[in-house]
Amino acid sequence: MLPAPSRVLAQAWENRAALADNTLPTIRATLAGFACSVVAAFVLSALVDFLPRLRRALFPILIASQTLPLVAIAPLVVLWFGFGLLPKILLVALVTFFPMMVALVEGYVSTSKEIAQMLAAMGAGRWRIFWLARLPSALPYFFAGLRISITYAVVGAIFAEYAGAAKGLGIYMLSAKNNFRPDLVLAAVAVSSALTLALFGLAVLVQRLAMPWERAGRDAKPEPTEEERP
Amino acid sequence: MTRLELRDVRKNFGTLEVLSGISMTVDDGEFVSILGPSGAGKSTLLQLLTGAIAGEGEMRFDGAPLDDHGRHFAFMPQRDALMPWRRVIDNAALGLEVQGVRRRAARERVAPLFAEFGLAGFERAWPAELSGGMRQRAALLRTVVQRRDMLLLDEPFGALDALTRTAMQRWLEKMWASHRWTALLITHDVREAVLLSDRIYLLSARPARVVAEVAVPLPRPRTESAALAREAAAIEASILDTLLGAGRTEFPIV
Repeated sequence: MLPAPSRVLAQAWENRAALADNTLPTIRATLAGFACSVVAAFVLSALVDFLPRLRRALFPILIASQTLPLVAIAPLVVLWFGFGLLPKILLVALVTFFPMMVALVEGYVSTSKEIAQMLAAMGAGRWRIFWLARLPSALPYFFAGLRISITYAVVGAIFAEYAGAAKGLGIYMLSAKNNFRPDLVLAAVAVSSALTLALFGLAVLVQRLAMPWERAGRDAKPEPTEEERP
Repeated sequence: MTRLELRDVRKNFGTLEVLSGISMTVDDGEFVSILGPSGAGKSTLLQLLTGAIAGEGEMRFDGAPLDDHGRHFAFMPQRDALMPWRRVIDNAALGLEVQGVRRRAARERVAPLFAEFGLAGFERAWPAELSGGMRQRAALLRTVVQRRDMLLLDEPFGALDALTRTAMQRWLEKMWASHRWTALLITHDVREAVLLSDRIYLLSARPARVVAEVAVPLPRPRTESAALAREAAAIEASILDTLLGAGRTEFPIV
């Protein structure tokens, strides 16, 4: 029942064309769904930041959305929206939206009071303060959320495909299972793990590029003593 | 010429009386300090001036009621409030950008001042790469390039270690001597107030009121001779007597 790793590898290589053929749609669904999720989280979090009352109304709904079991909801979404890209985008967004939203909202709140007060004293309005201080303050939180939810995203896409798709790692796993080929199921699992790792690495890379000051702070040695005369 | 004038300024937070009738003036080119114990309401006074909160009483600038707060004051908060995600030059130029100056033009206006502020060569550095004293100088640079009528300094050196703080106070005295900014400094450091100020208002503990106004008629720079240091020490002692002296119970010494 449990195939040897060597057999999984060998079969993965033998079926590489089929695996690649089924990985591409999964990547597409993951990235499209995740992109929609991040954009939606950004827009809604900014809105919530300006309208705190909306936050109180919205968060219970969002939390409730996180309690929906994916196993139950995935077949329904496929039933309603067909075998195309849309149901996959929706499911990926469903699992990744909430962590992104929470991260961004928390990030805005983390803005230093002194910076906000100083900007206000400079004459900056609510929108300028958001753009100059609250948004950059949220970046570390944003990337923490990004790293967490990108790992959910692949799982979400595979679940969606599992519930019904023409192509994709999820449907590939399902048919391999139905054909009594646990070696191919495991090969597909390995591919999806590699995919998640790659996306995680990509998120880390983007963070480094987007926040160069973070490394500067970590590498910087504290200056020796203060000179009396500059 | 009187620039800032406060007359009987009061502020309550609910039932808590924080400022109980503050009256004071700051003249053109004058360095004035407000000295008082922690929690006396000094920062509340600054928030009233910057317009962050509203209070009662009269606040005038150049004779006109203070309504557009942002136009008159450049504010330097307690900690440096440098944005870690902006390079030092962009932090220094922040106030100009908020005023609507384009980023490139703002940088060009700020860059020539870096040498004077002891920051030459650090234009492209991140704030995290600077020492505490350099960060404060960058914060002061950001404050003065706004070219407002008056500087509001809120315990600017409170977060520094003792040596750096002393070095920064001496440095600020020299800078002030050559620029003669109109400045209002909030502090609880008696030595700092005496070193830097032309006049000092002593505040009581909460609810704050002005208990004394002390003139500091010492020539500048004030760190040059031993005789000056003795005179300054005498003023410091009389201030401490006023604040903590016999019969005063509002300053519990812990």
